[in-house]
Formats: sequence, C-alpha cells, structure tokens
Amino acid sequence: MKFISSNQNQLLSKIATNNGHGEDSPYFDGWKAYDSDPYHPTRNPQGVIQMGLAENQLSFDFIKEWIVNNPKASICTAEGANGFKDIAIYQDYHGLPEFRNAVAKFMGKVRGERVTFDPDRIVMSGGATGAHEMVAFCLADPGDAFLVPTPYYPGFDRDLRWRTGVQLFPVVCESSNNFKITKAALEAAYSKAQETNIKVKGLLITNPSNPLGTILDRETLRSVLSFTNEKNIHLVCDEIYAATVFNKPGFISIAEIIEEMECNRDLVHIVYSLSKDLGFPGFRVGVVYSYNDIVVNIARKMSSFGLVSTQTQHLIASMLSDDKFVDKFIAESAKKLATRHGVFTRGLAQVGIGSLKSNAGLFFWMDFRRLLKEPTLEAEMELWRTIIAHPKLNVSPGSSFHCSEPGWFRVCFANMDDETMRLALRRIKNFVIQAKGQQASAAKKQYGQSKLQVSVSFRRMEDLMMTPRMMSPHSPMVSPLVHART
Amino acid sequence: MNMLSKKARCDADGQDSSFFVGLQEYEKNPYDVVRNPSGIIQMGLAENQLSFDLLESWLARNSDVATFEKNGGSTFRELALFQDYHGLPAFKKVLVDFMAKIRRNKVSFHPNKLVLTAGATSANETLMFCLANPGEAFLIPTPYYPGFDRDLKWRTGVELVPIHCSSLNKFRITESALQEAYQQAQKLNLRVKGILITNPSNPLGATMTRLELNHLITFAMDKNLHIVSDEIYSGTVFGSSSFISIIEAARERNLENTDIWSRIHIVYSLSKDLGLPGFRVGMIYSDNETVTSAATKMSSFGLVSSQTQYLLSNLLGDKKFMKSYMKENRKRLKKRHEMLVSGLGNMGIRCLKSNAGLFCWVDMRHLLSSNTFEAEMELWKKILSEASLNISPGSSCHCTEPGWFRVCFANMKKETLKLSIQRMKTFVDSINDENSENQQLSFCITKRRSLTKWVFQLSLYDRGPDR
Repeated sequence: MKFISSNQNQLLSKIATNNGHGEDSPYFDGWKAYDSDPYHPTRNPQGVIQMGLAENQLSFDFIKEWIVNNPKASICTAEGANGFKDIAIYQDYHGLPEFRNAVAKFMGKVRGERVTFDPDRIVMSGGATGAHEMVAFCLADPGDAFLVPTPYYPGFDRDLRWRTGVQLFPVVCESSNNFKITKAALEAAYSKAQETNIKVKGLLITNPSNPLGTILDRETLRSVLSFTNEKNIHLVCDEIYAATVFNKPGFISIAEIIEEMECNRDLVHIVYSLSKDLGFPGFRVGVVYSYNDIVVNIARKMSSFGLVSTQTQHLIASMLSDDKFVDKFIAESAKKLATRHGVFTRGLAQVGIGSLKSNAGLFFWMDFRRLLKEPTLEAEMELWRTIIAHPKLNVSPGSSFHCSEPGWFRVCFANMDDETMRLALRRIKNFVIQAKGQQASAAKKQYGQSKLQVSVSFRRMEDLMMTPRMMSPHSPMVSPLVHART
Repeated sequence: MNMLSKKARCDADGQDSSFFVGLQEYEKNPYDVVRNPSGIIQMGLAENQLSFDLLESWLARNSDVATFEKNGGSTFRELALFQDYHGLPAFKKVLVDFMAKIRRNKVSFHPNKLVLTAGATSANETLMFCLANPGEAFLIPTPYYPGFDRDLKWRTGVELVPIHCSSLNKFRITESALQEAYQQAQKLNLRVKGILITNPSNPLGATMTRLELNHLITFAMDKNLHIVSDEIYSGTVFGSSSFISIIEAARERNLENTDIWSRIHIVYSLSKDLGLPGFRVGMIYSDNETVTSAATKMSSFGLVSSQTQYLLSNLLGDKKFMKSYMKENRKRLKKRHEMLVSGLGNMGIRCLKSNAGLFCWVDMRHLLSSNTFEAEMELWKKILSEASLNISPGSSCHCTEPGWFRVCFANMKKETLKLSIQRMKTFVDSINDENSENQQLSFCITKRRSLTKWVFQLSLYDRGPDR
C-alpha cells in the first residue's frame, strides 16, 4: 500500500485516502501478476494466462461483420456523417430515444419476449459499475446496508460502498446445497444485521450469478421477492449476464416474477449492461431499470455523472434495432459459450476436478478443495499463489468473492481464443496431476506414520462433499487415498 | 419516499432553479425556422455549434479511422474490450498536447497526471470526493454556473460558500471578498478545503486577470487550501487579452515543486471548445499523485467510451487540422460575440466586457421595475413569454445583484441570433413604450389630481362673494 503522509490525509478526503476502492484485495493481485508477465502466443508463450477477467470475446467476428455491413451506425463514416452534429451535440440525460428503444427491445428479446421493458424507465449509467453506485446513492444513506449473497463479485465492495458510505452485509450461501440462496440464510443475515443495529435497505442479487455461473430458479426468485416484500426493503437484481445463459434451464428474470406475484413494484430495480452479453466493456453502456417512478427520475438526474457517449448510443441503437442480427447473435453467442464451457468441463473432469454445475456466465466455479493442504483461507491463498507462479494462470480465489468455504476458484473461459484455451486446459491438467501426485506421496508418508484413522475420516468427508451434482458426469473419481490404501 | 435516500429526497440537486425551468419551457415550445417560427429561441444553453462543418469535413477525409479499418479490423475488438481506467494512452497524449497548445505552450502537461472522466460534470464531482469530506466547504466566486450546485454538492455532501463579486469592479475577485467568504464559512462552522474557480468565467465570459489569480494563489497558500480551476472554456478565448491558466500563474511565481503546486487541480472538457458535449469527454489534471490515483479509480464510475477516445485521439492528433480549427473557431466566436454585443448596444443594453465563452453577461438592471430579485424574475418571465427568448437570470447563477442575465450566442444559426436580437428590440421598445406611457399616465393622473384640487379650490373661491 502506498504511503500517504498524514499531511495528505488531512488535506484530502477520507474517501481519497482509504482503501474503499478495494484494489488491495487479492482479486487485483492476480491482475498485477498478469500485467507484469502477460501471456502472448509468440512474444511470451510462458506468460501468465488471464483467467480472472470475465469477458466475452467469443462472438466478435459476428459483430465485426455487422459493423462492416452497417457503416451508417458510425457517425464517422461517409454514410453516417450527416448525423454527426446532432449526435455530438446531444447531451440530454434522457438519452437518445432510439437508444432507449433499442436497449428495451434487446432486454425483452434476451428474456425470450416473455416480458417487455418500457424505454422510459431506461436510465443510462457509466457501465454497471456506475449503475450500482447510482442505485446505492438513490436507495440508501451512509451507514445503511445492502444484503448480498456470498460468494459475490468483488467489485461490489467498491461500487456500492466506497463513495456512498453504504455497507454490504453477507447472506452466507454454502456448497452443501450448491450455494442456493435460502430463506433461512436471508432471515439469518437480516436478523444479524438488526442485532448490530445496521439498517438494511435492500437485497442485491446477481442473476445469473457471478461467480457461480448459475441461474436462480423460479422458487428462489419468488422466495427472494417475498422476503424483500415482507421486510419492505428494496430488491436490486443485477442481470448483467442475462444473455450468457447457454444451457437449460432457461433464464428467469425478476421482471417475469413481478408479473406473477403480488409485490410492491416500487421496491424492484434491475441493473444491466452490455459489457458481458455483447462483449463491449469499453463502450461503458450501463442501465438502471427501476419500477419506481421517483427512482427513475432521480437516477436520471444522477446519470449526468456517467452518461453514455452519444457516439456509442448511436452505434448501439443501430445494432440492437436490427432484429435479425440480434436474434442470430443471441443464439450464436449462447452456442459458442456452451461449446467452450463443454470443452473445459470435460477437460477438467479428466483430472478429477469438479466445478459447480453451471449453465450461464463466462466462468466456472471450480472446486479445488481437494488440493488444499487444509481447509483454511491461508491454504487457499497458498494454492492460489502456486497456481499463478507455476501453471501461471490468473484465476480468482474464492475468498476474494467472500466465499465462506476455502478452496473454490473462479476461472474465466470466454476471454481467450481456442488456442489459448487449449493451452490453459493443458496447464491446469498438468498442475492437478502433479499436485495430486504430491498429495499421494504425502499421504503415503502419513499412512506410514499410522494416521489411518485420519485418512479414513478425510475420505468420508470427501465423499460427503462430492455430491453427484457437483462432480461433472464423467469424473472417474480417482482418489489418491484409495490408491494408497490398495 | 422514506424508502429512498436523503439524497434522493432533497432538493440539493438544484434542478428546480430557473435555469432548468427555462430549459423545460423551451422544450415545450422550441423555435424552428420552418416548423415553429414563433417558438422559444434557446439562449440558455452554452453550446458551441459554430464549427461543425470543419469537423465534418475532417471526418470525410479520414473515414478509415471511423470504420475501424486500421490494423486489419482488429481495432473494433480491441476498443470494445478496452476498459482500462488509465485511458487510451494515445488519447491522453494528444489531450495534454492540446491543452498545452491552448496555453500557448507556456506550460507543459504529462499524460500520467491526466485522469479521464465522463464530462466535466463528473470531473468536478470526483475532485470534490477526493478533496473534501461531507460537510466541508469550497469557496466559489459568484456568479457561477448553476450546475455546480448539483455537481459539487449533491452526492458529495460538500458545501459551497460564495465569494461575492460585484459589478462595481467588473465582478473581479478581490482579496477582501476572499477573506469575507472565508470568515463567513468559519461563522457557519464549515471547514474550508479549497476554492473553485471557472476560468474563463461562466457566466461572465471573461478571463481572470493575473492579479486575481495571484490573489487566489496567495490566499490558498496562506490558508493551506486547494485550488480547482475549471478551464473548460480555455479554448474559446477570442479577445485580445489572452488566457492565463492557474498553472501558468503559479509557475511564474516559481511555485513548481512547492506545497501549493500539489494543491492546484485543473478540470477540462471537450464539450465547449470542440462542441462535443454528447461525447462526455472530461478530465482532471493534477500534480498530486494521491489525487490522481484516487480519481483514476473513481473514474470507473464514469469512463469515457473507448470508441470515443479512439475517434478523438485521431482528430486531436491531426495537429495541422486542429491548429486551423481552433483559429477559425475563435474567429467565428468573436464575430458572434460582436453581433450580440452591438445588437444589444443598439437598444441601450450593455454587456460586461468579455473575451471568451459562448455567452454574454448582459446588464438589464435598467429594465427592472425595482432593484429586486422578484423584479428580475418578473423580467425573465416576460422575456420568456413575450419575447420568446430563454435567457438565464443572474439569480440562477447566484449573482448578488439583480438585473444581470446570461445570454448565449453560439448555439444557433446566425439568422436565429439576428431574429433573437430583433425580438429583444421589439420587447425593449414595448417596455420603453409602456414605461413612457406609464410615466405619461402617471403624469396625467398627477396632473388631473392637481387640476381637480385646483378647480375645487377655485370653485370654493368663486362661491365667496354671492351672499
């Protein structure tokens, strides 16, 4: 951490000099390792492969083709230039009507046209990052809290808390039931907050989940909505990965649930962005969609602090108004994600590494618990440093996602080409085989020292943890301890 | 409503001020030469629409940039993925060069000290978040841009304490005004963290003098304060007296590498000089590493679209084009300015002498029915409804003297400006007629009254001798 003189501390704000930006967390350490030694197929083939960035790079060719065939979408081309002035001058925080219309339509399509979105409720923001901060500013005062199910995206610590003074309070979810959000966990978190005199203003869920890559089923969504209704708190749903659902079961949006259930719509808000579904994080297109008229109004005024460049609004409006393109894109993108996901899961299964069964997102929630020296945070950190140093993969340790159980890692798979993916897979496999080999010889030693009791009980615990849902279907279930015993 | 935050509930965003009301009225009935020739002419929006033709012709000559055709088309992908809050290096390089050029290369800037933000709106707010805690204050000279009430105070919780400037000395900042403002803050128990100036000034349209800047610097050194200099109009200086940036003034006093140097921060944007407000390109320049480091991280909440960074890095990188653009742009601004000043002058309305900006600071005190803000509002409403012109009343800019108005001249065609001057003339004539009628009427009434008295007295007198 940089040394900040006490003089600076007095001259600058607390916000500027504290760690609220969260960049001292290990989530970012991996990035730093990658930045100093990034993999490149020719220039640096031994470098660190970036598997910590949830980007969607699989469908650019498709989009590029559209860009080339639609020069009018750019205000800089000969075809689009006569729109340049009007676009460049337009700074209305309502956003270009065609932009809002196109985004609303896209959001509906991603939800299989099961719900429609009102363009007048679409409020722009500086990416989902800006959207989350804006929502926190609108709904909560400094010191108030949002409940967030763990594990959750580390950026929330900054986005929801840093400048707003709002707190995050975890709703602990566990691997024993695949990290589902249970009513009991919600109630427990709420009570705990109350006990410590923390005022809970809302619940923030991410659906599909980051880092789990799973979607919330109808039952969970209904239960979550009835919980927030009952407690009269806000429900903020980050649906940024909505179009990355690549396998059944299909995505269910909170927008659908509120049509099915009695609820106070003034408490329901959706955060969205084009960064993951379309793969455009650089364009900073964030959306706050609220069912509360006052929130829409206030958020719109706040959006002045992070409007979307009209040049980009224009491009997006053109692209997302092209129905044929959009329909094809949604289908193609899902297919590519499914293929990539499949290759990885099969590859990992070959070395007995499981991951949480998932059907969405740009990552796996990988189960490396068996490779931990012991089930502790320190062991997880040690394993993570080893993974960065040896197979040289920047994966993200579960602790950076506030996971309550050590040994889980988020591994991104959509931010690289096929070649790199194959290499990454090879490196993971080699690493796991090596690590298991080392474990086996360590276990042999243990066995030789008459620690039979311990080995047996360890194996039983393992059996308990490895439920069929969590192991990928083709896993050979090769436990080194089994070998050791026979 | 209690379900929402205090920030959501309060009026601190200042958007019920007349500045915004005027904008709303305009939207309901906007002037269009063909479709709505009697509609309201928008003179309340400080936009620069004078030089788009130049930008458009540049685009026409550089279409490969536009279609991402460089690098075999991989540019699109790279841009789409580029979300590094340090910004596109090429873009920051051309920006610092551009900023130096505007300051006649009297100072140089380093790309590492530049932080990109979503417009100056975001830059100003971000600086407040970095420099002051909720409840602390910044001093700000009046009159000032109404948007500051939102940008600087709303979500940050920072207070603004005015430095009162008077027409008696052309609204210049004086040492005593600074002291008074500081003392006022102390009376209110507010800890002052800095001073925020806009130079060239909005709404005055004038560049700050070296003397003013020196007063500020001395004051800030003495009280250990930050200086935030919003130099968003620096490229619009068209008059003979030139623009002196705060950084130039400090350098002239050999203050580089002293304490105060790390407390001077510049805000800039391409919205006014290049007329590109829609693209949301703002920036903070500071020598203070802690500030730029924090501000860079905060910029995550409002990054500049990479698509836009790419386009503009090419545009600004064309130095030959930019040189001729800035020259021509200034020429056009100067002409427009002269048109408005002389047009108003012909109807007895004076403007504060100005050499920059996209507006004039107009003195209509003599048109007020009384020297009050109520009279100013009355006049403003009348101009809106009778002359169909949306101008900005000085009170919305926190001016301490009623009767001043900000009138924009660069956001419309020449013909529209001519028409607005005509409408103003008609309006002023009608007021003068009304006034002289009123005067005559009141003279008549006074005359009649005195006549009656006289007649009465006369009649009284006449009755005397009949007995």
